[in-house]
Amino acid sequence: MIKTFEELYSKQHDCAVCLASKFKGEEGKRAVVICGGTGCLSSNSAQIKERFESLVEEKGLSNHVTVNQVGCFGFCSQGPFVKIFPEDTLYRGVSVEDVDEIVEKDLIGDQIVERLLYVDPATHTKVAKQDDINFYKKQHRIALEECGMIDPENIDEALGAGAFAGLARVLKMDRQAVIDEILASGLRGRGGAGFPTGRKWQFAYNQPDGEKYVVCNGDEGDPGAFMDRSILEGNPLAVIEGMMIAGYAIGAQNGYFYIRAEYPIAVHRIQLGIKQAQKLGLLGDNILGTGFSFHAHIRLGAGAFVCGEETALLNSIQGQRGMPRPRPPFPAVKGLWDCPTIVNNVETLSVIPYIMRNGADSFASFGTSGSKGTKVFALGGKINNVGLVEVPMGTTLRELIYDIGGGIPNGRKFKAIQTGGPSGGCLTEKDLDTEIDFDTLRERGSMMGSGGAIVMDEDNCMVDVAKFYMEFICDESCGKCSHCRIGTKRMLEILEKICEGKGTIEDIDQLEILASTIHVGALCALGQTAANPVLSTLRSFREEYIEHVRDKKCHAHVCKNLMMYVINPEKCKGCSACARHCPVEAIVGVVKSPYAIDQNKCIKCGMCQSTCRFGAIDKI
Amino acid sequence: MAHLSEAAVGKINEICSRYVDEKTPLMMILSDIQREYGYIPLEVQELVSKNTGISVAEIFGVVSFYSFFSLQPKGKYVIGCCLGTACYVKGAQKVIDKFSDLLGIKPGETTEDGMFTIDALRCLGACGIAPAVSINGKVYPKVEINEVSKIIEELKSQEGDKI
Repeated sequence: MIKTFEELYSKQHDCAVCLASKFKGEEGKRAVVICGGTGCLSSNSAQIKERFESLVEEKGLSNHVTVNQVGCFGFCSQGPFVKIFPEDTLYRGVSVEDVDEIVEKDLIGDQIVERLLYVDPATHTKVAKQDDINFYKKQHRIALEECGMIDPENIDEALGAGAFAGLARVLKMDRQAVIDEILASGLRGRGGAGFPTGRKWQFAYNQPDGEKYVVCNGDEGDPGAFMDRSILEGNPLAVIEGMMIAGYAIGAQNGYFYIRAEYPIAVHRIQLGIKQAQKLGLLGDNILGTGFSFHAHIRLGAGAFVCGEETALLNSIQGQRGMPRPRPPFPAVKGLWDCPTIVNNVETLSVIPYIMRNGADSFASFGTSGSKGTKVFALGGKINNVGLVEVPMGTTLRELIYDIGGGIPNGRKFKAIQTGGPSGGCLTEKDLDTEIDFDTLRERGSMMGSGGAIVMDEDNCMVDVAKFYMEFICDESCGKCSHCRIGTKRMLEILEKICEGKGTIEDIDQLEILASTIHVGALCALGQTAANPVLSTLRSFREEYIEHVRDKKCHAHVCKNLMMYVINPEKCKGCSACARHCPVEAIVGVVKSPYAIDQNKCIKCGMCQSTCRFGAIDKI
Repeated sequence: MAHLSEAAVGKINEICSRYVDEKTPLMMILSDIQREYGYIPLEVQELVSKNTGISVAEIFGVVSFYSFFSLQPKGKYVIGCCLGTACYVKGAQKVIDKFSDLLGIKPGETTEDGMFTIDALRCLGACGIAPAVSINGKVYPKVEINEVSKIIEELKSQEGDKI
C-alpha cells in the first residue's frame, strides 16, 4: 500500500530504474516485447509470446532475457511486431515459426534476422530500427507515448514510465488551479466536437458541491477509428489517472468507463488497471493521505452507435434506451442521475496526465493557434501504411497521406480522404496542403471527428460511399426525432435509386433539400451531421452523381447495375476456370477457345474475375 | 414463465442479485443474461421485471434497442463480418455476401441447424487488418473471398471432431 507522497515517489523511482535497465540492456540484459494489440493478437501474437517464453526457458536464457507483451505499435497492417531491446530492432510480420530463428540468430548469435525487417516500399531498403521507419519519423507521440513500450497489464511498468506523477502534482494544487492549467494547455475534446476541455470542467466545478461524476466515453463507434481502443489497450493507467485528475478538479468521487462491448481486451485491461491501482492504494479512499477519494466503475455498451453522443451515453448507463436528451441542460449541470457530470473522450483523458506532469506549456508548444497539442489519426482504406499515427495539429494532409502513410497502393491515384466518419466529409486533392486542425477541417466542409481518416482511390465510387454512410446512419438512428428517423431513410432511398441507375436530376436537388432540413431539425449531433457525407461528396464529386443519373455509368465500376463483366477474347485462353466457378452458370464456351458471359444471367459477383489467371476479365 | 427450467430461473435470479447495490442495474443484468444464454426471450424479461420492479415494457424497450441483445437464440458460431468504413472500402461487402451465399442465410439470420448466424458488425476497431471477420470473439484478419469456404469448413470440422 502506498499511503504518502514519499512512498509513491520512492516506488516510482524503483520502477523507473527497473524499466530503464530493461531497455538499456545493463549487464547484458535483453528484452523482447511483443505487440498485444487487437490486430496483432488476431495474427497469433499470444502464441508468439508463449513460444518465446518456452524457448528462452529451454535455452537457459531466463537470467538475462525478459519477454513481455506491450500495447499496440500502431502500424497494424505490418503486424505482428516483435521488438528487441537494447538494440531497438523491430521485426514485422512475425509468425510463430519465426520465433526459433529470432532466438537462435538474434538473442543467442547477436545477428539481425534480415528477412523479418521492414522494407521501405520506395527505396526497397531494409530498416532495422522503429524510429528510422518513415511511418514513425514525423510522428510525435503523447497519447500513444507508452503504447508499444510498457506492459499494459503491469502497473509497475506504468509507474516506472511516470504514471501517477501528474496526479501527485495535482493533489498538492488548488482545484481551480488545475482547471486553469488545462485551460492554458488549450486542450480541446478529442471525441469530435473539439469543445475546450477546461471550460467543460469549469462548468461542472461551478455547480454547487454534492454528488458529481466523471464519465469516460469509450464508445468509439465511428467506423474506421480505433485510437481509443489502442489507448485503452496500450496504456490503461493513463486514462484512469486522467479520470482521477478530472474528478479532483470538479469535485467528483466516482467515475464511469463506458466502453463498447466489441472491445473485450480494452475492458479487461481497464478492469485490471483499476484493480492494481486499488491494491496499491492509488485508487479508493483517502488517496496518498490527502483526503481525496475516487472510485472507478465500468459499464459496457451494447452495440448502439448513438451512445457515443454524451447524453445518450448517460441514458445508457442509467439502464435506459440510448436516446439523446435535449441540451440544455448540459451534462455539466444535469448529467448522470441528474448530477453535474463531465463526459470526456478516452484520448482526451489520456493526455491529461502528460499535461499535469510536464505543464501546460509543454503541450501547447505543439499545434496551431486554435488547436493545441497532438492528435491521433486512424489511417485506413487505400493507403500503404495502415495504422494509428499521432502528429502535431497543423500537419498537412499531404504529409499524413504520403510521408507517413506511404501513399496509395498498386500505383492507383488518390481520390479523396474521408475524415470525421459518418459526421464528416470527403476532402480531395485541392485540400491536401491544408494544415489539419479542428477549425480548418470544418472550414473545408469536413470535421476532425474522433480522427478516423479513410483514404479512397479511383476505384471507389463516391455515390456508393455516400450510400454506405447513409445506410450506417439509417441503421443507427435511434428513432427519437422524425427528421433523423424518416429523413435519413428517404435520403438512403434516393441514393439507392441513383446507384441502381434509376435516378433523375431532380433527385440530386431533393437530396440537398432533405440534407438541410435534417441539419436544422435533428435533436442531436448524430442527426444534425447525418447528411454531411452526402453534401461533401455532392460538393466535390457532383459530376459523378450526374454521370450515374444521366449516363447510367459508374466509372469506378462499383455500382452493380451500372457495370458489367466482359471477357477479353484476345486474352482468354479458354481454360474454363471462370465457367466452373460461376455460381449461376452464366459463362459459356468451348475449351481452348474464348468464353463469353451471358449478361442476362450474370449476377456480377466478380467470382470470374478473381478466378481468372490471365487477367482476361474486365469491368466496363 | 412455464418454459423456463428451474435451473434457468435460479441462474437469472442469481444474476439479478449481483447488482442489488446498483442504482440502475438493468443494462448489466441484461448483458450478463445475453452472455450466459445468447438471447433474452420474453419469459426471461418477465422474470427480470419481477426481480427489479422495472416494467416489462421498459425492459423490452431496452432489449429491442441495443443490437447486442437478441430476442431469438443465435447460432453456435456467430460470424460477425465487419462492415466499418475501412473494411467496406476494402471489399467487406463481398465477404459477407459470400458467407450469405454459402450458408444460404441473410445477415441477421441463423441456419436451420442452429449452427451459424451471420451478423453485420459496425467496425471492430481492427481497421489495420481490414477486412476483418470476428467469429465467437476470434478475429480473422484480411479475409479474402476465396478463404470464406475454408473458414466455414474449418468450423464444421471442429464440430465434427466433438461428436
